[in-house]
Amino acid sequence: MPVASAASLLATWDSTQTSMFSPQATPAHLILGLSRLMLAVTGGIFIVVAGLLTYVCVRYRHRKSGPNAIQEPQQIYGSTQIELSWTVIPILIVVMLFLATARIIFATQDAPKPANALDVTVIGHQFWWEYRYPKLGIITANELHIPVSDPKHPTPTYLTITSADTDHSFWVPRLAGKVDAIPNRINSMWIDPQQAGLYLGQCNQYCGTQHALMLLRVYADTPEQFTAWVKHEQQPAVADPSAAEGRQIFQHNACISCHSVGGSAATGRFGPDLTHFASRSTLASGSVPLTSANVRAFVNNPGYFKPGVLMPPMHLNPHDLDAVTAYLMTLK
Amino acid sequence: MSEAAFINSNADVPWVMPSRGIVGMCCLIIAEASIFIIFIAAYVYYLGKSLTGPKPHEVLELPIFTSICLLSSSATVHFAVSALEHGKRSLATLWLAATVLLGGIFLAGTAHEWYQLIYEHGLTIRTNLFGTTFYSLVGLHASHVIVGLVMLTVALIFSLTGGLTTRHINRLEVLSLYWHFVDAVWVVVFLVVYVLGRNA
Amino acid sequence: MATHAPIADAVQEAAPRRYWLEVLHDWVTTVDHKKIGLMYIGYALIFMLIGGFQALLMRIQLAVPNNTFVSPQVYNRLFTMHGTTMVFFVGMPILFGFGNYLVPLMIGARDMAFPRLNAFSFWVSAFAGILLYFSYLGGSGLYGAGTAPDVSWFAYAPLTARVFSPGHSTDYWTLAVFLSGIGSIGTAVNIVATAVCMRCPGMKLTRMPLLVWLYTVMSGLVFVAVSPLTAAQIMLLLDRYLGSHFFDTQAGGSAILWIHFFWIFGHPEVYVLVLPAFAFANEIIPVFSRKAIFGYPAMVAASVGIGFISLSVWAHHMFTVGMTSGANTFFTLSTMAVSVPTGIKIFNWLATMWGGKIHFTTSMKFAVGFLFQFLIAGLTGIMLAVSPFDWQVHNTYFVIAHFHYVLVGSILFMIFSAFYYWYPKMTGRMLSEKLGTVHFWLFLIGFHVTFDTMHFPGLLGMPRHIYTYQVDRGWGTLNMIVSSGAIFQAIAILVFVYNMVNSYFRGRMAGPDPWDAWTLEWAVPSPPPHYNFAVTPVVESRRPLWDLKHPDDPDSQYE
Repeated sequence: MPVASAASLLATWDSTQTSMFSPQATPAHLILGLSRLMLAVTGGIFIVVAGLLTYVCVRYRHRKSGPNAIQEPQQIYGSTQIELSWTVIPILIVVMLFLATARIIFATQDAPKPANALDVTVIGHQFWWEYRYPKLGIITANELHIPVSDPKHPTPTYLTITSADTDHSFWVPRLAGKVDAIPNRINSMWIDPQQAGLYLGQCNQYCGTQHALMLLRVYADTPEQFTAWVKHEQQPAVADPSAAEGRQIFQHNACISCHSVGGSAATGRFGPDLTHFASRSTLASGSVPLTSANVRAFVNNPGYFKPGVLMPPMHLNPHDLDAVTAYLMTLK
Repeated sequence: MSEAAFINSNADVPWVMPSRGIVGMCCLIIAEASIFIIFIAAYVYYLGKSLTGPKPHEVLELPIFTSICLLSSSATVHFAVSALEHGKRSLATLWLAATVLLGGIFLAGTAHEWYQLIYEHGLTIRTNLFGTTFYSLVGLHASHVIVGLVMLTVALIFSLTGGLTTRHINRLEVLSLYWHFVDAVWVVVFLVVYVLGRNA
Repeated sequence: MATHAPIADAVQEAAPRRYWLEVLHDWVTTVDHKKIGLMYIGYALIFMLIGGFQALLMRIQLAVPNNTFVSPQVYNRLFTMHGTTMVFFVGMPILFGFGNYLVPLMIGARDMAFPRLNAFSFWVSAFAGILLYFSYLGGSGLYGAGTAPDVSWFAYAPLTARVFSPGHSTDYWTLAVFLSGIGSIGTAVNIVATAVCMRCPGMKLTRMPLLVWLYTVMSGLVFVAVSPLTAAQIMLLLDRYLGSHFFDTQAGGSAILWIHFFWIFGHPEVYVLVLPAFAFANEIIPVFSRKAIFGYPAMVAASVGIGFISLSVWAHHMFTVGMTSGANTFFTLSTMAVSVPTGIKIFNWLATMWGGKIHFTTSMKFAVGFLFQFLIAGLTGIMLAVSPFDWQVHNTYFVIAHFHYVLVGSILFMIFSAFYYWYPKMTGRMLSEKLGTVHFWLFLIGFHVTFDTMHFPGLLGMPRHIYTYQVDRGWGTLNMIVSSGAIFQAIAILVFVYNMVNSYFRGRMAGPDPWDAWTLEWAVPSPPPHYNFAVTPVVESRRPLWDLKHPDDPDSQYE
C-alpha cells in the first residue's frame, strides 16, 4: 500500500473524533509533524524498492522461446561495492530518522512543567476512569474537565496516571499519545487542548471483559466554563427532599459499599463517585447516554449494557428501582 | 543420479566434526543460563522492595562450607573424567563417588538452611518479595543439582558394576559439562544473593 | 539418472501390505526426521484451520459496530486462542517441521543429531496443543462452565493473577505454552548439533546451504528467547499456586516485570518465526531465477547480525509503559538498526533475480509476493520504531496490520512457496500448478483487501482487543472491508488443502529433481529412502549439484 497516498486519503477523515491526523494539542502536533517526515522517508523507500522489484520481474522474466532459452544466465556471486553502498545508505537514513525522532521524544517527555499547570490524577479501574484534582479537592469519574490552553499563554494539564487493578491505557488521540495506567506505578503526561470542545478516546490496554467499552471523554472548557465546573464539583451532593425515599433505599442497599455521594453516608471507592452523577452526559464510562430510562436499566442490570461489568444487578423491585433512579437523577 | 559420483579430491585430509553430545549440552546450557538470568534479574530488581517481613541481612548466613563442597565437586568430576580417559576405571569410580557425596552435602546444607529460614525466621515463598525471589532462585538451582546428582548416581552405579568403560568417555564428559554449569550458576547465585544483595 | 535406487525398489515391491495398525505404530514410534517433520507440518496445518476459523468469527463480530454475533467473553477468548494457536501451534511447528525434514538432507546426513530427542520434542509440542484446547472442556471458572483462556496471547500481569483470572483457564494457557517451549528448545538443540556436527565431508561452514545457516541462527535465538518466557511462566504459576509475589502489585511486585520478560521473549520470537522464511527464500529465489544467491557471505553476516540485534529491541513493545526518554531513545535506535541487515537481505534477493531468468512457478509467485509484502512490513516496522508515532498507534489495528503483514504476508507466503517447492521431494508428486495459481491469486487478493485496509482504523484510533466499537467512531466501513477479505483467504486455503490431498494421489510423478536445483536434497529419490543417502556425499562447493551439472563452470572455482 503506497503510504504516500495514505496521507491524502486520511485527510478526508480529518473530522473523525479519534484521528491522530487532526491534532488539537502540542504533543499530538509534535507527533504528527514527525510522522509526516517518517511517512515521506518510508514512502520514498517503498517507491524505489518496489519499483526495482517490479522492473526485475518484468525485465528478467524467463522467455520460453528465443535463442538462449535453455542456457543458464551468467552466475554472479556478489559485488563488494554494491553491497557496501546498500549498507551505508540505509545506515545514513536510519541515523537521520533517529535524530529527528530523539528530538521529539525529549520535547514531549521531558518538557518542563509550568507553575500554572493543572494537576489531575487519573486512576484506571476495571472498567471506568477515576479523576482526582488534588489541589481543588475534587473526585469525579468518567468525564474529565480540563481548561483549554491558549498557545500564547499555555495552561497545560499534567496528568499523573496509575491503576487500581490491572493495566489500562489513557489515550485521547487528538490530544497526545497514549500512556499506560499500571498498578503500583506512577506515569505522567501533559496535554494542552487548544480548542474548546469534547475529545474522545478509550482504554488502550486490554484489561478484562469490558475493556472495549471503557471510553474516555475529555471536555476542554473555556476559562469561564472550567471555573464554573470546578465550583459546582466542589459542592456536596444536592439534597433534594423529593428524592428522600430513593436516597434511603440507596443507603440501605449495598450501593454505598462501592459508591460515594459527597455529604452523605455513601463513601465507597470501588465504583465511580456519584456526587454529581446526573451532571454528566453519559454513564457506564462513556458508553451509554445519561437518560432516566438508561439509568434505570443500568441499575436494574448493568450487564444489559456491559456484559461482564463488575457492578452486580441489584435485584430491586420496580418501585424501589424507580425511587433510586429518581434519586440518582437529582445528583446534579 | 548416483550419489557416489561426487568428486572426492580431499580424501587425505580427515573430516573431523565436533562431538554432538558436547555441542548439544552447550546449547542446553545456554538455554538454562537464560532461564537463570531471568530469575536473577527478578531477584536483583526486587532487592529492597519488600514491604514487610525478614530482610536478607537479618536471616541469611554465608553458606561457605556447602559452597566449598559444591565447587570441589567440579574438581572431582573433572578428575573422574581424566581417570576414565586414562583407563583407570576404579579411580574414576572413586572420584564419581566423591562428586556425588559432595553434591549431596550441598543439598543437605540447603535443606537445613531452608528449614531454619522457614521455622525459625518465618520466611516462606509467600512472606514477601525477598522470600519469593530467594526460594525460587535457590530452588531452581537446587532442582538442577538434584537432576545432576541423579545422573551422576546412575553413572556411579554403572561404574561400580563395571559398565563404565573408555567407550563412554564422551558421555561422562557431557555429564561433567552439565555439572560444571550447575556449579558456575552457584557462583553467580552466591555472589548475588549472599554477598552483593545481602544488605538490601 | 535413475529415479530410484534399484535395490530399494525391489524390496518395496516384495514387502507385503501392512495393517493400518502397523502403519500407525510406525508413525507414533518413529525417530526418522522426515516422518517427524511431516507430523509437525500436518499437525500445524490442522491448527491453522482452527486458528483461521477463530479469525473468521472475530471478523464477523467486528464487521459492523455494536455487533452481538458473539458475547464479549467469547470474543476475548477467541483473540487469546487465535494468537496463542497461531504463534505456538502453527508457526513454530510448521517451521520446525520443514527444518526437521530439510536440514539433514541438505547437509548430507542420515538423520538429526538426536533422533529420540526429536521425537520427544514433537510429542511434547503436540500434547501442549491438545492441552490448550482441552481448556474449552476443563478450564472451569467459578460457575463450573469450561472456559478457554481470555487473557490475550501476551497474558499481561496482573490480569493473569488469581484474583483477576479465577478458575483454570489461565493455567491451561501457561502450561500449554510452557510445554511447547520445552519442545521448541529440544528441536533447537537438535538443529544446532546437527548443523555443527553432522555435515558431510567437504561441507565447511562456508559451504553450508543458507537454509541451514538460518535455521541454526534461529535455533540459537530459541535458546535465549524461549527460556525467558519459560522462566516468566514458572513465576506466574508460583504466583497463582504458591502465593508468591512476582507480579503481585499489592505486595510491592511489578506488573512491568512481566511485560519486560514477555517481550524479551516476544520480540526474538518473531525473528524465530521469520528467519526460516528467509531460509526458504534463500533456496527458492535463486533456483527460480537460475542464478546463485547474490552475496552469500553478506547473507550469513546479515542473518547472524539480525539474530544478535533482535535481542536488544524488545522494549519497542513498551514505548507507552512510561520508560524514561533515555530508554525510549535507546530502543528506538536499536529497532531502527535491525532494519539495516534486514534491508540488505531484500537487496540481495533483488540482486539475485537481476540478470536471471525468472520462472514464475507457483512457488516463485509466492516468493515474489513475500518480497513485496516483507518490504511493506519492514517499512511499517520502521514507522513503529519511531516511538512518538508508536505512542499513537501502539496496541491499535495499525500494529495488527503490521504484524499480520509479517506473519501472513511474509512468513505464510514463504511457507506456501516452500510447500510448492518441497512437496514433490516429500511425496514424489507435483502439486497442481493450475490450482496453485488459483490459490495464489485468491489469497493475494484476500490478503491485501484485509490487511492493507486494516492499517487505517488503527490510524483513526481503533484499539485492539475490543469486541465491539461505537458507531460514531467512523470505523464501520473500514471494518466491513477488512472482514470481507477474510472470505477470499478462507477459500484460497481450501483450494490449497484440496490441492495437497488430490495431488498426493493423482499428481504428476516428480522424480528426484523436478526444479533443476542445486542442493543435496535433490540428489536423492522423491520421497527419500529412510536412510537418505546410500553413500555419504562429499562436496566441493555451495552448490554440489550445479558442479555436477556444469563441470565446465563449477562453483568451486569461484569460492
